[in-house]
Amino acid sequence: MRANVVKRLLLALLVAPTLASAAGAALHLDRAPDVQGDKAALQNGARLFVNYCLNCHGASFVRYNRMTELGLTEEQIRDNLMFTADKVGEPMRVAARSTDQKQWFGAAPPDLSLVARARASGDGSGADWLYTYLRSFYRDPQRPTGWNNTIFPNVGMPHALWQLQGEQVLDHESNHLQLATPGELSTTDYDKQVADLVGFLVWAGEPAAGFRRTLGYGVLAFLLVLFAVSYALKKEFWKDVKKN
Amino acid sequence: MGAKTNHDKFKSDGSLAGNALEWVDARFPAMSLWRDHLAEYYAPKNFNFWYYFGSLAIVVLAIQLITGIFLVMFYKPDASLNAAGVPVAFASVEYIMRDVNFGWIIRYMHSTGASAFFIVVYLHMFRGMMYGSYRKPRELIWIFGTLIYLVLMAEAFMGYLLPWGQMSFWGAQVIVNLFSAIPLIGEPLSIWIRGDYVIGDATLNRFFSFHVIAIPFALVGLVVAHIMALHEVGSSNPDGIEIKDKVDDKGIPLDGIPFHPYYTVKDIVGVVVFLMVFFGIVFFAPEGGGYFLEYNNFFPADPLKTPPHIAPVWYFTPSYSILRSVTSDFVIVLQVCVAGLWLWLVRGTSDVKQVIITLAAVAIIVGMWAIDAKFWGVVAMGTSVLIIGFLPWLDRSPVRSIRYRGPIYKGFLTAFVIAFLTLGYLGTQPPSAIGGLVAQFFSLVYFAFFFLMPWYTKIDKCKPVPERVVYK
Amino acid sequence: MSTAGKMDCGRRRLILATAAVGGAGVATMAIPFLSSMLPSERAKAAGAPVEVDVTNLAPGQLITVEWRGKPVWIFNRTQEMLDTLSKVEGAVADPKSEADQQPNSCKNATRSIKPNLLVAIGICTHLGCSPSAKFKKGAEEGMTQDWPGGFLCPCHGSTFDFAGRVYKNKPAPTNLVVPPHTYLSETRILIGEETRGA
Repeated sequence: MRANVVKRLLLALLVAPTLASAAGAALHLDRAPDVQGDKAALQNGARLFVNYCLNCHGASFVRYNRMTELGLTEEQIRDNLMFTADKVGEPMRVAARSTDQKQWFGAAPPDLSLVARARASGDGSGADWLYTYLRSFYRDPQRPTGWNNTIFPNVGMPHALWQLQGEQVLDHESNHLQLATPGELSTTDYDKQVADLVGFLVWAGEPAAGFRRTLGYGVLAFLLVLFAVSYALKKEFWKDVKKN
Repeated sequence: MGAKTNHDKFKSDGSLAGNALEWVDARFPAMSLWRDHLAEYYAPKNFNFWYYFGSLAIVVLAIQLITGIFLVMFYKPDASLNAAGVPVAFASVEYIMRDVNFGWIIRYMHSTGASAFFIVVYLHMFRGMMYGSYRKPRELIWIFGTLIYLVLMAEAFMGYLLPWGQMSFWGAQVIVNLFSAIPLIGEPLSIWIRGDYVIGDATLNRFFSFHVIAIPFALVGLVVAHIMALHEVGSSNPDGIEIKDKVDDKGIPLDGIPFHPYYTVKDIVGVVVFLMVFFGIVFFAPEGGGYFLEYNNFFPADPLKTPPHIAPVWYFTPSYSILRSVTSDFVIVLQVCVAGLWLWLVRGTSDVKQVIITLAAVAIIVGMWAIDAKFWGVVAMGTSVLIIGFLPWLDRSPVRSIRYRGPIYKGFLTAFVIAFLTLGYLGTQPPSAIGGLVAQFFSLVYFAFFFLMPWYTKIDKCKPVPERVVYK
Repeated sequence: MSTAGKMDCGRRRLILATAAVGGAGVATMAIPFLSSMLPSERAKAAGAPVEVDVTNLAPGQLITVEWRGKPVWIFNRTQEMLDTLSKVEGAVADPKSEADQQPNSCKNATRSIKPNLLVAIGICTHLGCSPSAKFKKGAEEGMTQDWPGGFLCPCHGSTFDFAGRVYKNKPAPTNLVVPPHTYLSETRILIGEETRGA
């Protein structure tokens, strides 16, 4: 009798938390294609990053020679990708000084080494955020740069890839973006380029991630063996412990 | 057992190793330590799954100490900006992650270890609550344990500032500002803790010092005291029976088995299973879904920009929810609760006690009007942790283990677990109206578990306790 | 309650197996920790080969460049200085540079690839002080009357000739180290690598 009342009360308690999970304003993000296994895509992403981003944004935790892990040789890196350093062992610093940039832009453009990790949230991975962000710029005459962004309202950065994508405008009624002036690339090709660039940023966020997983399989396999022998050992000793 | 055993010193069999051991044992209590704590420490044979977490806590402590020693070789507690405009402390963590050989393993082990420590300790504490491990004569073990939990929270909090990311900075900002809620001394106290008017380089350096030197010393000391106290009185067990009550003619408990080899081989299996989970996270999900390493902490600390949503790391969120739930309206509810508690306590006690209890109740109720809710939120949060240490005196049940307790205790314990988990979940979420109400309700449930315990454990209908432990 | 009596063969084998596998695990686990103490990528980048242009290095002039945090001398010796080398052969400890203190390309009378250009690490082989230049003959720079010119280590008085060879009966045991280096062109030296590789 008493136990029944307790049970019913507990059930009510269990239901209560679900009431509390009031949905926050979720951001709709497009899923970024995973290109981590595709070296050619990552190399293309590196090229795009150096040509379109590195003028203003550094990746100061990534050393140029780390890109050998993307299948490039040091010669290729030195000749094609390295414009802001003398030695391949140096990090991908931005050419301009951050204090100068602060004067030019009002704020120093952030370092992008970790942007793909920092932009993750409950709405999606950092890659999803970047992939959506770089495809969501639109023309806005109200802004000093002439550009705005649907998932980063009043963004300080102009659309760096506008020549590739073209110019989008926002239909304020449907809240949809439309391509007003086409760029050098078709929408499909542009999306592919952005996916490669985002892929590079994901790699740059944690270059050791691939090796980490590979090593992980080895460690777990080893622990499985250790489990087998230690469990057999435990069984053997616990034969002594009498039941009574 | 205990310290009073008077064994003979080790005698060598003439071999080199034997001679060496005899030499050492003549000068150091090697063999008696071995006997008292391992080979002739008799533990109940009916330990179940829940009894793995004590040894696992020691394993995690060892992992944290070793990885910590190596991280200190490369980490720099420096809030100034480097040439690329990134704080040096933040950059030194990324230096470990990228430039130091295998630095990422060491760092991920340490960050995962922090969360693992709390998971293991929470389960270890829950074990104690289920089986009444805190009951006489194990009160002091429990108090040392509560202190370990407190010190661990300080250690984790200070360690979390060190990566100097956005969550590090703003988390520390919020928590240190809690102290400013204390009347009169609050504001100067929080400035003294920070060493600056905001969280800054001075704060980072002192937190580093505490995190790597002072608190680890205290932690290790308390762990030793916890284990010494345990081995003085002996381990409890899932049946909550004293195995020392039934001994054979040599004085060895009938239901006891030597810790070594039986529990050493068993705990090794537990450690291996734990390591599988631990390294599974380290190698495949080191961010722990944004709970072990918060995404916003990959942005360097920026004193001018608060992230849109700040939540403490998951292991603080139950306490944080309680803190947040104390609003000025909720204080009225608390006043009613204190009044109710007073009514119940003054019945049938001596005159002197009645006066003391009444004065205390009046002081608290009036204080809740006089001082703003922020302060009482801090008091509630502090109470929610410290009250755990009083369990041995709050529990009036004739039995220890949940196995022989009645439905009321089981109900309260289940409600407490639901409250703890819900408060933890709500603490990770941004504040909302309905979430706030639910948190306030569960804060009351949380405190009811403790404050009503002397009452409901007394009236509960318990089952008879068996003579000997149940071992299947 | 002795466990030794009960210790049968199967049990012993299982203990050994667990200890062996567990021990291997601990040993493997030590690898990342110990190798974290080796030079990091940053240290390796800082220790990368250094390029030096010697177009403007006048005869008799010595410049110091940094490589792996050490001072590297690039010394354009005059003919007069080179002439002293054969004269002091009897006075130096290792005239033929037999100790392995230089790359093979520099195991010759002048201890250099080009006869006039000496590239040497300016650190005394005794206890690591940096020797100072005493290029003038005789007592003018505080040396003895018969000093033919060379280097003096201020810490413990070791003396070296113009090829960095240590004089006999001095604290320093060996000649100064010649680092691996190579000529990228007539006037550009790469210090740190013997061949221009990738």
